[in-house]
Amino acid sequence: MIAAAAFYLFAAILIASAVMVVTARNPVHSVLFLILAFFNAAALFLIAGAEFLAMILVIVYVGAVAVLFLFVVMMLDIDFARLREGFQRYAPIGAIVGGILFLELVLVLGAWTFADQAEALRIAPTPPSPVTNTEALGLLLYTDYIYLFQAAGLILLVAMIGAIVLTLRGRPAMRRQNIAVQIARSGSVAAEKVPVGAGIRELGIRRPPPPEETRRLAEPAHGEADHGERH
Amino acid sequence: MDGFLASPAGVLVITVAQTLALLVPVLIAVAYLTWAERKVLAAIQLRKGPNVVGPFGLLQPFADAIKMLMKETVIPSGANRLLFIMAPMLTFLLAMVAWAVIPVQDGWAIADINVGILYLFAISSLGVYGIIIAGWASNSKYAFLGALRSAAQMVSYEVSIGFVIVTVLLCVGSLNLTQIVRAQESVWFFIPLFPMFVIFFISALAETNRAPFDLPEGESELVAGFFVEYSSMSFALFFLGEYANMILMSALATILFLGGWLPPINAEPFTWIPGFVWFALKVALCLFVFIWARATFPRYRYDQLMRLGWKVFLPFSLFWLVLTAGVLKLTGWLPA
Repeated sequence: MIAAAAFYLFAAILIASAVMVVTARNPVHSVLFLILAFFNAAALFLIAGAEFLAMILVIVYVGAVAVLFLFVVMMLDIDFARLREGFQRYAPIGAIVGGILFLELVLVLGAWTFADQAEALRIAPTPPSPVTNTEALGLLLYTDYIYLFQAAGLILLVAMIGAIVLTLRGRPAMRRQNIAVQIARSGSVAAEKVPVGAGIRELGIRRPPPPEETRRLAEPAHGEADHGERH
Repeated sequence: MDGFLASPAGVLVITVAQTLALLVPVLIAVAYLTWAERKVLAAIQLRKGPNVVGPFGLLQPFADAIKMLMKETVIPSGANRLLFIMAPMLTFLLAMVAWAVIPVQDGWAIADINVGILYLFAISSLGVYGIIIAGWASNSKYAFLGALRSAAQMVSYEVSIGFVIVTVLLCVGSLNLTQIVRAQESVWFFIPLFPMFVIFFISALAETNRAPFDLPEGESELVAGFFVEYSSMSFALFFLGEYANMILMSALATILFLGGWLPPINAEPFTWIPGFVWFALKVALCLFVFIWARATFPRYRYDQLMRLGWKVFLPFSLFWLVLTAGVLKLTGWLPA
């Protein structure tokens, strides 16, 4: 009973926040509603007994992807007037695409029937076994579906390399710090102990004049202009 | 009585009692961590630190709390009111909910779930939202810059923390925190995985925005970073959240590497002391190093911070992960 109530609660919030993602005026609010939607999806996974998927959803999507998304949306200077500019012109195309998708959904729902084992699966989504959720997923992924898994990894790698290539540009004018070179440098920079005051005498840095001399300098007297230039 | 405790209402009462029994000590620890930090910093800098309110300044945290409560909450007129108020609450809330899975002693976790370490990792990766929302909602340039820095920094260091956690999990064979501690009965993981322990600790400093990685606050360039506009209780919640996160990361380091509640030697005088005391001692040790690092190191420059995360820690932890997997496989020590 509690599980059912929790399911409807999370599902309702999920749908409401998904609607808000599309309708919210402020793009930052949209992203925040998207994050709320991810959270509720994770809660639904938990109710279904898929705790590993729930945690991974939160870590990957909420913890990493949505942060970068939020980052970008906050930084971008989005011009709302320009976004709404072509609304009239593109509305028919949008309506046609939406209509086709809706028709497909209706067709799929019309042909929907219960599979034989579906009822049993609904009652117990995770069959009672000594193997934990995480282990069961691993046993499947790394044995039966290893090639698909590796292919997915390769596709992600290609996407990553593509993103790096797109943003990488050589900037010769930029100054870079090479820490290895700095640490490896020797001889040119060294600390050595010298007697106190040696540096001041050698370099001829002028010290402030002693107090009585200061008083004499304060009284302007002709012919004493070179008094201050003591070495 | 037993019948009531087994009913749903009884379970609720027990859970609330357990939560209070855990969170009240955590909050007191947070209060005294602020005091301890000031005392340790003072000692390192040859000063006395707080010594006026109460004996040895022990009542100072409470004086500070009352001062914070009495102040006026200022909400800037340009701020997004709802998000502005929500951000500190979120930071504090996330720092508190993570404690649900921490096993303070064998079997003492409120929720001993199978994916405990993933839960902790998920919660700690959410911490960035409190900061980034605060920075954006304040509608202030310094707060916003602080928030952006923080977002980039926390995401970067999470990656190497993830690899460190996977390395530990390889040696344990379970995602359950209690199992992770039990796997260290023969040897604590910081001995075989010492480089990973160092990387984890430094990444924890970056993850909690502590010195020398406290660029999101960077008072010399960003005034106070993401919480410039906050005052009174909303500021206090950020403050409490930051310190609670420090304790949480120390607890995580204790569980992953320092053997959780286990005594250093499993023999007579050490086993007299209960497990949670050992746990608290190890957490306190980690916290001391946190404060020590703050007193010792100058703040990193931003590009150096990013270089350390992506060019040093990430390749090294990846290499060490593969090495650990190879060694475990070849020696046959891989847990079943």
